[in-house]
Amino acid sequence: MKFREFMDCNIVYLDGGMGTLLQAQGLKPGEHPERWNLTHPEVIRQIHKAYYDAGSNVVSTNTFGANSLKFSEEELEEIVKAAVGNAKAAKEASRNEAQRFVALDIGPTGKLLKPLGDLDFEDAVSIFAKTIQLGVKYGVDLIFIETMNDSYETKAALLAAKENCDLPVLVSNAYGEDGKLMTGATPAAMVAMLEGMGADAIGANCSLGPEKLQGVVEELLEKASVPVLLKPNAGLPKSVNGKTVFDVNEEAFAKQVAFLVEKGVRIVGGCCGTTPAYIKATYDKTCDMSVSPVVEKNLTVVSSYTHALEFGQTPVLIGERINPTGKKRFKQALMENDMDYILAEGVNQQEKGVHILDVNVGLPEIDETSMLKNAVCELQTVTNLPLQIDTSNVEAMEVAMRRYNGKAMVNSVNGKKESMEAVFPLVKKYGGLVVALTLDENGIPSTVEERVEIAKKIIATAATYGIAKKDIIFDTLALTVSADNSAALATLGALQRIKNELGCHTSLGVSNVSFGLPVRDAINSTFFALALENGLSAAIMNPYSVDMMKTYYAYKALKGLDENCAEYIDKAGEFQAVQTQTACTANAIVSGLAGEASAERQTSLEDQASQLQYAVTKGRKEKAGELTKALLSQMAPLEIVNGEIIPALNVMGKGFEEKTVYLPQLLQSAEAAKSAFEVIKSHMSGTEKTAGKGVFVIATVHGDIHDIGKNIVKLLLENYGFDVVDLGKDVTPETIADKVVELQAPLVGLSALMTTTVPAMEETIAQLREKAPWCKIVVGGAVLTQEYADRIGADKYAKDAMEGVRFAEDIVAAQ
Amino acid sequence: MKTVDFNKNGIAGVQLYACPGMPFCKNEIFRYAGCGNMNECAIMRDVTESEKSMEADGTLGTLLEECIREAEEQLNYRLCYSILPVRVSGANCDFDAFRLRSQNLAKYLNGCESVILFAATVGVGLDRLIAKYSRISPSKALMFQAIGAERIEALCDTFCEDMREKCASVKKARFSPGYGDLPLTVQKDIFVVLDCARKIGLTLNDSLLMSPTKSVTAIVGIGGNERETIHKCSTCSLQDCAFRGVK
Repeated sequence: MKFREFMDCNIVYLDGGMGTLLQAQGLKPGEHPERWNLTHPEVIRQIHKAYYDAGSNVVSTNTFGANSLKFSEEELEEIVKAAVGNAKAAKEASRNEAQRFVALDIGPTGKLLKPLGDLDFEDAVSIFAKTIQLGVKYGVDLIFIETMNDSYETKAALLAAKENCDLPVLVSNAYGEDGKLMTGATPAAMVAMLEGMGADAIGANCSLGPEKLQGVVEELLEKASVPVLLKPNAGLPKSVNGKTVFDVNEEAFAKQVAFLVEKGVRIVGGCCGTTPAYIKATYDKTCDMSVSPVVEKNLTVVSSYTHALEFGQTPVLIGERINPTGKKRFKQALMENDMDYILAEGVNQQEKGVHILDVNVGLPEIDETSMLKNAVCELQTVTNLPLQIDTSNVEAMEVAMRRYNGKAMVNSVNGKKESMEAVFPLVKKYGGLVVALTLDENGIPSTVEERVEIAKKIIATAATYGIAKKDIIFDTLALTVSADNSAALATLGALQRIKNELGCHTSLGVSNVSFGLPVRDAINSTFFALALENGLSAAIMNPYSVDMMKTYYAYKALKGLDENCAEYIDKAGEFQAVQTQTACTANAIVSGLAGEASAERQTSLEDQASQLQYAVTKGRKEKAGELTKALLSQMAPLEIVNGEIIPALNVMGKGFEEKTVYLPQLLQSAEAAKSAFEVIKSHMSGTEKTAGKGVFVIATVHGDIHDIGKNIVKLLLENYGFDVVDLGKDVTPETIADKVVELQAPLVGLSALMTTTVPAMEETIAQLREKAPWCKIVVGGAVLTQEYADRIGADKYAKDAMEGVRFAEDIVAAQ
Repeated sequence: MKTVDFNKNGIAGVQLYACPGMPFCKNEIFRYAGCGNMNECAIMRDVTESEKSMEADGTLGTLLEECIREAEEQLNYRLCYSILPVRVSGANCDFDAFRLRSQNLAKYLNGCESVILFAATVGVGLDRLIAKYSRISPSKALMFQAIGAERIEALCDTFCEDMREKCASVKKARFSPGYGDLPLTVQKDIFVVLDCARKIGLTLNDSLLMSPTKSVTAIVGIGGNERETIHKCSTCSLQDCAFRGVK
């Protein structure tokens, strides 16, 4: 019998602990247990056999840490070969009549993936792939990915399994006492991602005893439409008379596991501290229990690396601002590779209350694939919101879906054969909730009936790829009502029928409907309300539009989705504040137009200018932005920069050098200046580009992942007018040197925090001297000293950020 | 608390420490943030009368309060430890599971028969905050960085005091890789012995830096001569460090 068939109609028994048993047999602390497959095969076989004899259907090979990070390629193959051989020998030797299978055990790499650690996602995939290929070669029946405490690494392992075999894959994570993975994912988030990618079973193992994992198990059972697995520890380790013992004995363990089997767990075993006796006790306690059916939960869900988001409860807001369409400033950011601007758009929209961020960075002038990949990865460092990958470029879509940590929303597929053939295989492989537009080769139909027909065709085609209806969300396309009076009605009609007749969720880009009309917010927000009432599940919208947000919160309050109207009342304050502000601005404009006495205007201008200086020195970000906006109507941008912002910055810089201003204060002031500069940049974008002081390439050197110091220097340099090209952290000498040559940059700044990474800095300087002899190199970082800097051949050691800025200014002035 | 003689009842295997809540020391955080010896009160008095007319969102005290509130949700203290025997001869320190050479460590361990080897972290959440804010607000990133430094030190101090309470011969000072002539390469052995990745989610990068970054590994001697106690900064060769705690 094949494992999948067996799993479909039985409670599956896994094995118990291996490491703890090997320690009892003499495995030394620090010794690799995987080598025992070769050195002590009889011990390993004996343990495997004891588990089969105790009732295990599946025994996992002793390959938890067998990967190419720990072993050479030759040794790895020997180990996996021996490990599979040992398990198979035990399987043959056991007299137990139960079905018996051998699983290839895959544990974590022991490294944290980038950006939090230093292991690249694709490298992780390759590492897992090597072990999996060997396991398949030597004939395992299934793959068991276990004890993963990070969602991204889990994704890498499952992807490697899916790309290298068709065997069943069980995936199990190690949850902490807070019910989450070490890097923050909830069980629901893991179910969303792993089910999307096609895991055959999902579960929890290690870290805690069965009782303490109950909450996790219940959440898994509630969300998963595949069998749930549980392989807990024998409680927590305690020290008794100099020996480590676990605090849950066989009987208690079996009882607690049986309780969870009764609730629906289908695959059980034990982890640290459990022995064949634990498996036997668990088997005896549960073998007569009826097998709970695995129920399809029909959840439409996306996830991030922390949480899952379900559709169908509260309407979902998808922020539309990360998109260059019609936005000069955003286009400029893309052209200049100004990732910080894009990230700020993400963070700001999250603060406004959206649940998902749409990410569209397509522009003919740039390489969309690499930009989308970077944008998705970098957004996942500043926000934990699920993302909607929005592109018509299939290559970019695949790269972004692959790199995304979670189950992404994907925008979009449509009824065209070509589109479905390109997008559905990606959704099947990487998992995802795909937005399907109701259009096809004949364009967007004008009638409701035709749009519903396209939806049916899309559902049927998706099914042939193995994609369920729950993973498709329909966009019935909002067309401009000014061009066609019945446009909105067709959209709403199709929305309602797809929702009610086809049982699918829906999403709309709301803003299109008002194109060409004045006061668009009024049309948009009313259309939004109508769509919500017709069953809309999600809207791609502008969260900065107060009218849209008012409609959203009012709708929720009226529909009983906001207990005690608490959320509405909470937001009302914000809405009122905006109203007052708008009124004030309007008054100012009116009084300006009315021609106030010019002396009075002068005073107010001076007043505002000095307030701006004050706001910058005191680090008031928002105030500095507002004041700059106001000043721009009366002063030239350059006048504001040179007359107000720079003098304020100089005061703070000087104060810092004289030790009357502390670093955090200097930074707050620099941030306020940056927000003033941003207002000016927006104001001027699309007009002539002012020449900066010169290009300054900056990076944290290879091997070092600390970048606070580097970011501080960058912020100050930008404020002082340098075009800073930030290469990030952990940057190789080649990358830095090549970039400097490409840009003919006159200045380079290198940062290192640890003594171990100073050699990388030295190597970088050597390469720069060879390839870019013209450039001046300034170095800084916690471990550096003048002496170090001299020894590795830097032009300048800057003890702090201001010293770096002064040096750069001196170089520029001398040229 | 009952006194335990760790030397007689050596603990095999890796234990997890139940990390308690620990009050924040704002002075320390400010020191790590580059605010020198400025005391807490002086900073809290940063708001002058004239400034009170403007919203007081820019003062350091408020900034710190905000950051502490945000950090608290993300902190996840984890610590694992093991008691190992040690034999010192010359500069050689032999812990059975691994051995190393270090004059400074050997001096520190003079007379000890065993050590507590531990690894501690405040979790990956704080790194996420630092990564996020270094892109959108470096002043906050700096504060989170400082909070992380203060938190991990507080965790190590609390653990060591706890162990000392259980066993009076546990030394006051601890010794970490990178102190004096103890090389960072010893991290590789420590990570294997303590199984840090699995036990507390702590990993070692190729450059021997740890992820999460706000983490510490250290050796604490049991027994020996307490007069050998050293300040953690005194073995450091970086004499002009801004954070140096002893002159």
